[in-house]
Amino acid sequence: MTTTAVTTGTVNPNQRRVALTGNEAVALAMRQINPDVVAAYPITPQTDIVQYFSSFVADGRVDTEFVTVESEHSAMSATVGAVAAGARAMTATSANGLALMWEVLYIAAGSRLPIVMPVVNRALSAPLNIHCDHSDAMGARDSGWVQLWSENAQEAYDNVIQAVRVAEHPKVLLPVMVCLDGFIISHALLNLHVLEDAAVRAFVGRYRPDHTLLDPERPVTVGPLDLYDFYFEHKRQQAEAMSEARAVILQVAEDYTRLSGRRYGFFEAHRLEDADSAVVVLGSAAGTARFVVDELRRRGRKVGLLKLRVFRPFPGRELAETLARLQTVAVLDRAEGFSTAGGPLFTEVRSALYALAEDGGRGPASPGAPPLTMNFIYGLGGRDLDPGDIESVFDRLATAVETGSTRTPDTGRVGPLIEYLGVRE
Amino acid sequence: MATLTEIRWHGRGGQGAKTAALLLAEAASEAGLHVQGFPEYGPERMGAPVFAYNRLSDEPIFLHCHISRPSVVAVLDPTLIKDPGVAAGLADGGVVVVNSTAEPETMRGRLRLDGQPEVRVATVDASGISMDCIGQAIPNTAMMGAVIRVTGLLEFDRFMEVARRLLGEKFRARPALVDGNLKAIRRAYGEVAVG
Repeated sequence: MTTTAVTTGTVNPNQRRVALTGNEAVALAMRQINPDVVAAYPITPQTDIVQYFSSFVADGRVDTEFVTVESEHSAMSATVGAVAAGARAMTATSANGLALMWEVLYIAAGSRLPIVMPVVNRALSAPLNIHCDHSDAMGARDSGWVQLWSENAQEAYDNVIQAVRVAEHPKVLLPVMVCLDGFIISHALLNLHVLEDAAVRAFVGRYRPDHTLLDPERPVTVGPLDLYDFYFEHKRQQAEAMSEARAVILQVAEDYTRLSGRRYGFFEAHRLEDADSAVVVLGSAAGTARFVVDELRRRGRKVGLLKLRVFRPFPGRELAETLARLQTVAVLDRAEGFSTAGGPLFTEVRSALYALAEDGGRGPASPGAPPLTMNFIYGLGGRDLDPGDIESVFDRLATAVETGSTRTPDTGRVGPLIEYLGVRE
Repeated sequence: MATLTEIRWHGRGGQGAKTAALLLAEAASEAGLHVQGFPEYGPERMGAPVFAYNRLSDEPIFLHCHISRPSVVAVLDPTLIKDPGVAAGLADGGVVVVNSTAEPETMRGRLRLDGQPEVRVATVDASGISMDCIGQAIPNTAMMGAVIRVTGLLEFDRFMEVARRLLGEKFRARPALVDGNLKAIRRAYGEVAVG
């Protein structure tokens, strides 16, 4: 169960078809979840979420204690305090707001606090830019948060609801980020199906933590000094929790399918069964890539798409098994990690493929080496990615299939490890 | 209708290009179409050129990129036609609708579309209509009426029902604006001239 059905799946009848912006869809999910506490600070392009949610509070449509704070550092700190005290608490942010939360992100994860936070992806300064890229969330990839990524408003809505169950599962107890592309999704009016309030409330249930700061019968300490005597054990347990999140994410997705009719997994595999070449991508660009794949298929080209939904924990084995029999794979990164060795998604995908080759599990259909991999960085600071850009990637992959190499045909030299799509050079 | 209709709205900050795109998307969604409505955000200021977009289709829409080959261009401010970008990428069989008192054939010349007879040109005095109907030069609702007329995208009476409800939500505090805007839509629907 590693595929995601997109919004064309069967729709269970307990739903309404609406047109909402991505931010409206997220705010609606938050209203239906009805958290005990929301502490948030507005930042473009997340602002609408906080604005809509504050109107739900003002209109008495939720029971939430809404805490207005003076910064994102305080927003995450207040959320940490609320969850430690036993509340179900949420916040939301973007870009520099996420950066300002930095030290508290690690405190949330290390204290095993199941916070759910929509992150409306936006480029980090400098230079100042309000538009979409993934540098904000990619920078937080090692903070110990689960990361779910969304292609559109439907997936953002569905992911926020599922995130509550994943975060609060007793075997997980980790915070979850739900990523959606700034402006492209957050400010676009799109169709989606939404559940009834009662169905969402029943799905997320009540949060009943085992230990809370406000339980005098069973006193606990949160965030104490923890030196070489126990810190390592706690980190080992945290890693185990992230590992446990894999099964929980799939179980919650299965329960959600029964409720909504929409299927979710670690990733969506679109037309990969007999493909020679594929792109791997996160977020809204997956939609444009699906359009291109379907178009190229009509022209007889064997191409496919792998849209990753779960980036943390990284489903390396499943992903590698799905890609193993392909000849070439292009990984599209909407973040420049400045490692000079590939973008953050590329390095993980290539590493997963290498591990598969090492243990001999190359997949039944492919007796040869694992697929050739190429890395394309695109869309920084909101630079548009259009179908022609993605087609050019498939053309590069086709050349690699023909020549059996990623070498640049005209020079015969090994091509650059990283190529940039749609940049002026 | 064609499977996919792509609309590009050109306006100036304050004229309601974004609102037009979002209202049209919502109305089309209620009519059962798959929709997208999205503005292009930049350093907007009152009076600065702004863009907004629609995709409308009877099939699910996966594209999440800008629209560079629109089948419909709607121009909310006649001074914007000096920008050659206004007609850029217009698909064959496409239509450009301009808020102007000029005749369509005059407008065709101004848009430098004389060599492209396959592109239709329509004009409507949306500013004059909005002054009459709502007392303000906010031409977006009138332009929606004109766009619906020249494209036949939506059944008009059904659209008006949805528009009444959506405008009612938007102008909850100023109900007089609901009737004024509905009147503007109806007048522009009737008065738009196609060349």
